[in-house]
Amino acid sequence: MATGQLFSRTTQALFYNYKQLPVQRMLDFDFLCGRETPSVAGIINPGSEGFQKLFFGQEEIAIPVHAAIEAACAAHPTADVFINFASFRSAAASSMAALKQPTIKVVAIIAEGVPELDTKQLIAYACANNKVLIGPATVGGIQAGAFKIGDTAGTIDNIIHCKLYRPGSVGFVSKSGGMSNEMYNTVARVTDGIYEGIAIGGDVFPGSTLSDHILRFNNIPQIKMMVVLGELGGRDEYSLVEALKQGKVNKPVVAWVSGTCARLFKSEVQFGHAGAKSGGEMESAQAKNQALIDAGAIVPTSFEALESAIKETFEKLVEEGKVSPIKEVTPPQIPEDLNSAIKSGKVRAPTHIISTISDDRGDEPCYAGVPMSSIIEQGYGVGDVISLLWFKRSLPRYCTKFIEICIMLCADHGPCVSGAHNTIVTARAGKDLVSSLVSGLLTIGPRFGGAIDDAARYFKDACDRNLTPYEFVEGMKKKGIRVPGIGHRIKSRDNRDKRVELLQKFARSNFPTVKYMEYAVQVESYTLSKANNLVLNVDGAIGSLFLDLLAGSGMFTKQEIDEIVQIGYLNGLFVLARSIGLIGHTFDQKRLKQPLYRHPWEDVLYTK
Amino acid sequence: MARKKIREYDSKRLVKEHFKRLSGKELAIRSVQVRSNLNTILSFSLMCIETDLNELVEKEPWLSSEKLVVKPDMLFGKRGKSGLVALKLDFAEVATFVKERLGKEVEMSGCKGPITTFIVEPFIPHNEEFYLNIVSDRLGCSISFSECGGIDIEENWDKVKTISVPTGASLTPEICAPLVATLPLEIKGELEDFIQVIFTLFEDLDFTFLEMNPFALVDGKPYPLDMRGELDDTAAFKNFKKWGDIEFPMPFGRVMSATESFIHGLDEKTSASLKFTVLNPKGRIWTMVAGGGASVIYADTVGDLGYASELGNYAEYSGAPKEDEVLQYARVVIDCATANPDGKTRALVIGGGIANFTDVAATFSGIIRALKEKEAKLKAARMHIFVRRGGPNYQKGLAKMRSLGDEIGVPIEVYGPEATMTGICKEAIQYITAAA
Repeated sequence: MATGQLFSRTTQALFYNYKQLPVQRMLDFDFLCGRETPSVAGIINPGSEGFQKLFFGQEEIAIPVHAAIEAACAAHPTADVFINFASFRSAAASSMAALKQPTIKVVAIIAEGVPELDTKQLIAYACANNKVLIGPATVGGIQAGAFKIGDTAGTIDNIIHCKLYRPGSVGFVSKSGGMSNEMYNTVARVTDGIYEGIAIGGDVFPGSTLSDHILRFNNIPQIKMMVVLGELGGRDEYSLVEALKQGKVNKPVVAWVSGTCARLFKSEVQFGHAGAKSGGEMESAQAKNQALIDAGAIVPTSFEALESAIKETFEKLVEEGKVSPIKEVTPPQIPEDLNSAIKSGKVRAPTHIISTISDDRGDEPCYAGVPMSSIIEQGYGVGDVISLLWFKRSLPRYCTKFIEICIMLCADHGPCVSGAHNTIVTARAGKDLVSSLVSGLLTIGPRFGGAIDDAARYFKDACDRNLTPYEFVEGMKKKGIRVPGIGHRIKSRDNRDKRVELLQKFARSNFPTVKYMEYAVQVESYTLSKANNLVLNVDGAIGSLFLDLLAGSGMFTKQEIDEIVQIGYLNGLFVLARSIGLIGHTFDQKRLKQPLYRHPWEDVLYTK
Repeated sequence: MARKKIREYDSKRLVKEHFKRLSGKELAIRSVQVRSNLNTILSFSLMCIETDLNELVEKEPWLSSEKLVVKPDMLFGKRGKSGLVALKLDFAEVATFVKERLGKEVEMSGCKGPITTFIVEPFIPHNEEFYLNIVSDRLGCSISFSECGGIDIEENWDKVKTISVPTGASLTPEICAPLVATLPLEIKGELEDFIQVIFTLFEDLDFTFLEMNPFALVDGKPYPLDMRGELDDTAAFKNFKKWGDIEFPMPFGRVMSATESFIHGLDEKTSASLKFTVLNPKGRIWTMVAGGGASVIYADTVGDLGYASELGNYAEYSGAPKEDEVLQYARVVIDCATANPDGKTRALVIGGGIANFTDVAATFSGIIRALKEKEAKLKAARMHIFVRRGGPNYQKGLAKMRSLGDEIGVPIEVYGPEATMTGICKEAIQYITAAA
């Protein structure tokens, strides 16, 4: 254990397991104290490297992020404090690694619940190598006006309130991190303030003890008096008693051990800290308070009287001329974060994104206001989810069933169509799933699978204007447009597309009206009279039936229907459906371990 | 969250299982557990044996063929001296012994509680009784050993030898030598090996305390007759396989009332911490305090100012409980605090230190909702409420408390970080004494 000052205004730390808030709070404290350099030199985040942007006052700075402790220590040889925000599961291993770095002098462990045996190994190593361990189960510590560990001392408001931005004359050490905040206030109220405060943590065996820090404070000339807040359980306070008895401490020590209420409990009691457990008589708060009194510490009769004990002790030092008056400074204003300013209603900022279909902020995600649990519990299907997320309403079951049928029918159409072909070629080139999928999807457009919307648009326009099939088809021909939804490379009058028949059959028995479909069938009759293969294809069937769904369900206004057709919702159905098949083709090729595809020369016409 | 005592049955189970794994040698330990259906609740009349005794005998046939020992397995010692151990019974007699004592309240070193769990073992005739104790301390472990173990260990304390094994060191024959130096040669090797394996097992399983008093030699092999153990439950994440189905019973005598076990249930379900213990149901000062450290200090202060006898409860909420959890919690505290109004004044101390980052206004909303609901009860109990809290957004939280007082017509004194933390304890005492 080191014997004097651990920190200064130039101390820099490495921060393990990045947490934005504590690091930012350290930097805000630095700015408040007028430090020239940020107190966090580097961040260690296992598995990632680069920089992390944070504020140092008004300016943004980039703090290097390292993947390993060794690399961070090598990059920042002057950083001698290691602040460990790892979980209780991994805190011991990372702390040991840090203690073993020659550049690291102090390790603070925040996690609560580090196994006792692990901590003991850290203590043994720290003792043998003259390093300082603070924690586990602690908020850390602070040297006023110089350096602060993590979340110590709470908000900036509190730090300003307790004048922790400039040094006072009191050294404080406690077990409890929560109570240390209260004590910084108490000390600030009745003295010239804190010089250094350490919370050693609530574990059975803290890395450094109350007496370790009191002995250290005794060697720091700026500290004129010490305040100790202990608690029941363990024998830590007795090492302080010993130090006092042996005359190793020559500054006044005001002490209080909490937990006198333990005797009121009918059985053994374990309070919040692992170490705060009623044990034998020796470990009781009463016995420890008495031992401290006997050893010469100033011990009040209750916590309520602690403040006046501190006050009297300080005033006596002032009378004796042992404390020189402090020159007060006004700390700079820390710019407020946008988020907290918005929260407090001081400023407003425009949002950059608007979303109306889903919300993930509550207890469970909602699709169009319907919580996930109702979706699952009420047995909704994919069609219902599509109707919520695409149409923002719950459609009747026959509609969602129709959507599901469309998806099932369009999920795949063999390996030879352009989408599947592209996906197969890409998968065979060794590309990943997403690349293979999108290379297939990218072929969807006016010539492949993209005709549903157009079919719906033209059928709707023609049907709404009461054009006869003759007028419609010939009108299109005049404009040089092929009628979308009509025509098939293979299918014909005598070899109908089975998919079209299935859709029509479902609609006839489930839809209230099939006006648009009937219109499409009339158009088909006319086109078939021109050529045998001008049948109503699957795009045309889905396009026209979707018009019937939208109009017949009574759940959409005319404007909404126009908008749905205009935006191109219906091709969305094809894209979604075919993704199923394209993903299947990707897996198929990977499973078959197919090599790179190369198109054969023989199959290419080379010509000038 | 710390060192937890385990039952003798579990201590022996762990030693038996892992002694074999670590040394390749078998310990002859045999023991079974007989337990009641109720463990923590205060309704002894409903208590009966949960263990199926017939099934037990089928699984462990020695129960019906050998003479047995039965004793309560309740984390307290001195059972022999208190006449709670029965020797040389057959299984039917064991069953009678258990039935007669199950659910019966006993008092051990000032703690009263019902007996709910027994351990049954074969009766082992033996001559010598040895003592072995391992305790984890800050810089290592201390191991104590004596050839004069048994119920008179304290009288023979001068014969106990103790060594310290520094953290990280292994228990070499040199370090172990002072413990076994005076043993007869024919048993020295066996006992030295035994101590070494037990020490390895102690560290391997994250024991923090282990005591065998006594263990005997049966056919020249060590056999623990009585055991106590404590595990470090923070190490559960790495040990759950090794520990198996381990139970961490509440300390003996810690029986929960219905309200206490309701809060205990809330506490187990949330990541926050919600603690509630009734100290005196007729007390006139009740507390509901944010923060582990602060809650202890509030209870201390009522006692240190001389009014321990009026302190109704200990209560802590911390770790950012949700509003609804605070509401349910506060309801229980208020119900207990306002129970059986007797015309005398009472005080409710809603305290807390200066929070680091907890939003004070937010945590107060749950309490305020509960206070509104319980307006009539608060008035009937002549309750005055004293509030003190600091931290983020405290001004808003305190203002809400002040206006609540006007709204429900219950006097509420409200203080922020400018006042001492426990000043309201003093005020509460003044109120209940002045008006009495």
